[in-house]
Amino acid sequence: MFTEAIEDILKDHCKPATVRAIEAGGSCAPLWQALETTGFLELLASEADGGAQLPLGDLFPILCTFGRYATPVPAAQTIAARALLPSHAIPAGMITLATALRREAGGIISCPLTPYGMIADFVLARDADALLLLPGTSARRQHTGVHLSQTAALSWSNENGGTRIPGVGAALPAFAAALYAALISGAMTRVFEMTLEHCNDRVQFGKSLGKFQAVQHQLSVMAEHTAASSIAAEHAFHTDRVVPSLLAAAMAKSRTSEAAALVAAIAHALHGAIGITEEYDLQLLTRRLHEWRVAHGSEAHWNLLIGHDVLASDMSLVDFVRSV
Amino acid sequence: MESNLLSAFRLAALPVETNAFRAEVRTFLEQNLEPVPPDVRARSWMGFNAVFSKKLAARGWVGATLPRQYGGANLDAFSRFVLVEELLAAGAPVSAHWIADRQSGPLILKFGTEAQRRFYLPRICAAEAFFCIGMSEPNTGSDLASVGTRATRCEGGWRLNGSKIWTTNAHHSHYVIALVRSSGEPESRQNGLSQFIVDLSLPGVSVRPIRDLAGDAHFSAVFFDDVLLTNDALVGAEGSGWAQVNAELAFERSGPERVLSSIVVLEYWITCLRRGSQAATHAATIGRFATHLTALRNMSIAVTAKLAKGESPVVEAALIKDIGTEFEQTIPAVIESAIAMNPDDPVDPDLYRAVAYVSRIAPIYSLRGGTREILRGIVARGLGLR
Repeated sequence: MFTEAIEDILKDHCKPATVRAIEAGGSCAPLWQALETTGFLELLASEADGGAQLPLGDLFPILCTFGRYATPVPAAQTIAARALLPSHAIPAGMITLATALRREAGGIISCPLTPYGMIADFVLARDADALLLLPGTSARRQHTGVHLSQTAALSWSNENGGTRIPGVGAALPAFAAALYAALISGAMTRVFEMTLEHCNDRVQFGKSLGKFQAVQHQLSVMAEHTAASSIAAEHAFHTDRVVPSLLAAAMAKSRTSEAAALVAAIAHALHGAIGITEEYDLQLLTRRLHEWRVAHGSEAHWNLLIGHDVLASDMSLVDFVRSV
Repeated sequence: MESNLLSAFRLAALPVETNAFRAEVRTFLEQNLEPVPPDVRARSWMGFNAVFSKKLAARGWVGATLPRQYGGANLDAFSRFVLVEELLAAGAPVSAHWIADRQSGPLILKFGTEAQRRFYLPRICAAEAFFCIGMSEPNTGSDLASVGTRATRCEGGWRLNGSKIWTTNAHHSHYVIALVRSSGEPESRQNGLSQFIVDLSLPGVSVRPIRDLAGDAHFSAVFFDDVLLTNDALVGAEGSGWAQVNAELAFERSGPERVLSSIVVLEYWITCLRRGSQAATHAATIGRFATHLTALRNMSIAVTAKLAKGESPVVEAALIKDIGTEFEQTIPAVIESAIAMNPDDPVDPDLYRAVAYVSRIAPIYSLRGGTREILRGIVARGLGLR
C-alpha cells in the first residue's frame, strides 16, 4: 500500500521533465516537500518515534519504485539514514550516504564521489566504528564534471560541524549496498519494459523489431539478468533485522551492478540512436544504472569480500549460499 | 506496468520442515556414497549406478513425489528440491533412475491410465524400471514437431517404425517413452503426435550406444523395426503428445539440476584453493560464483513454489535453464584458465581431470532439454513477442 502511495506521488511530482529540471540545477523543493509532508521519510522509524516501523521486506518495493522513476533526490538514502541515526540526531532535510570518508592533512575531511552530493543537506559517512553526520551547508562541493550528474566530492576544513554517533558505523556500507541494489533493480526493470515496448512499436523491414529472432534473444537475455538482479536485491531485504546483512547486501550489489552494465548495453543496442538522445527518457535511467553501479562499490569490490568469506569458511559453497 | 514474467521471480523460502528432511538425506548420503574422485562425482546426473539407485529407492526417495498408493513418498515440490540439491551437491550417481523419477513417473501419473499407473509407478519407485525419453531423431533436433517415427494402427494395437537418437541411457533402460507420429503427415506438425511406452526388450527394438568425447556412452540410437505395441502402450490421449511433452519439460527445466551441473568441480577447486597459496588471487572469482549461485538458487526456489501451488511455470523454467546453464558452463571455462595462470605452479591432478571432463562435456548443458535458441524463443513468447 505504501508502494502505490509513493508511486502516486512520483507520478505527479517526478515526471521525466521534473528529473531533467532538477538535474539541470532547478529546485528540488516541490518534489522533496511532497515526499516529506506525506511522512514517507519516516517509514522505518519506530512507532514510538512516529514512524511506520516498516519491515525491510516491505521497504524493498518502495526503493525499487524510487529507482524506476530515476528519482533525482536522495529519498531512499534519507529513509536509510534516518533509520541508522538515533532519533535525537536526525536533522530535517535531504541526507545522502557517503561512499567513503577520508582524512587529509590539516584536519580536512573529504567524501569523494558522493551520490546526490550536489544537493544533499547532510552527508552521513562511516568513520570506522562510528557514523559521522556532516552538514552540507559548510561543505565545499566539487562537481565531478560529468554531464547532468548530481554526484560530487565534498570536503570540510574540519569535523567541528559534524555529529558523531559511535558504534553503528558498520551498518552503513551494508544498508547502502542493499539500497543501491534495489534502486538498480527498479531502474533496470523499467529499462527492460521500455526496450520491450520500443521493440514492439518500431517497424523495420516491414515488421516490428520484436519479430526478429536476434532481437527476441537479446530481450530474453535482458529478462534473465533483470530477474536474477531483482531476486538478488530482494534477498538483501529479506530479514527481520533493521539493517540488511553485509553478505546478502554484498551479493545484491554485486549481482545488480554486474547486470546493470549488460542491461544498459542491450537496451541501447535495441533502441538505436534514439536511445542516446537527451530528449528520449531511456538515458535518465541508463545514466543512473552506470552511476549506481559505481556507487558504494561495484561487483569488483563486493565479489572480493564475498570470495574471502567463502574461502575463510569451512562450508561447502552450496551450504555457504544457503546460509546467506 | 511491470512485466508479468519478471514479477514471477519473487523471493520464496523453503519451508522450515525441509531442514529436517535435508539432514536425513545427508545422513543417507554419508552412509551410502562410495568415495570416488571428483572427476567421477562431476558426472553427477550422468553417472549411472543401478546399485546406488536401488539403495535410494529402498529409502523411499526414487519417484519420491509420487503418491503413496503407487509406492512413492508423496514428497512435495520443496522436498524434492532439497533432495535433488543434496544429491547433486554430493555428486551422487543418479542417472539410472533420474529420468523416470523426474519426468516419466510424473507423466504417467498425470496422463496414464489407472492400469498404467499401477504397473509402472511401483516399479519406478523400486528402481526396477529405468526409463529413457525418445524425442530427437536423426532429422529431428530442435524442430521436435518434425518427428518421423510412426505408429500405425494394426490388429491388437500399433506397429512402430523409425528411430530415435541422443536417447540418454537407452542401453541401460527398460522402457522408452517415445514421441511419434500416430496420424497425419509431417506437415501436420504438432498435430497427430502421441507418446508410447515401449518396452526395450520387445522384438524389433535395437539400441546402439554412442560414445562421447569424454569416453562415456551416456546416450544411444534406438531403432524400431516393425515393433508391435499393444493398445496400452499409448500414454494419454492419441494426438496429445505435443502438449504432454511440453508439460513434462516444465519439470525438466527448472530444478536445481539446471544450476548445479558443474558444482562438484567448483567445490573441489575451492577445496584446493583453501589448502594452497592462490586463494587471494581467485577470491573475487569465487565471490562472483557464490553471488550468481545464490541468485539462481532463489530463482529456482521461486519456480518450485509455483510448482508447489500446482502451476505450470513453463516460461519461467525456460528462463532459468538458459541463465542457469550459462553459469554451469562458465565454471569450467574459468577454472581451466585459473589452473594455468602460472605454468610453474603444480596443478592438483584430480582437479585437472575433473575440470578437463567438465570442460569437454559442458556444451551438452545447453543442448539437453532444449537449446539456448529454443529456450530464448520460449521466453520471447512469454514476453508476447511471438
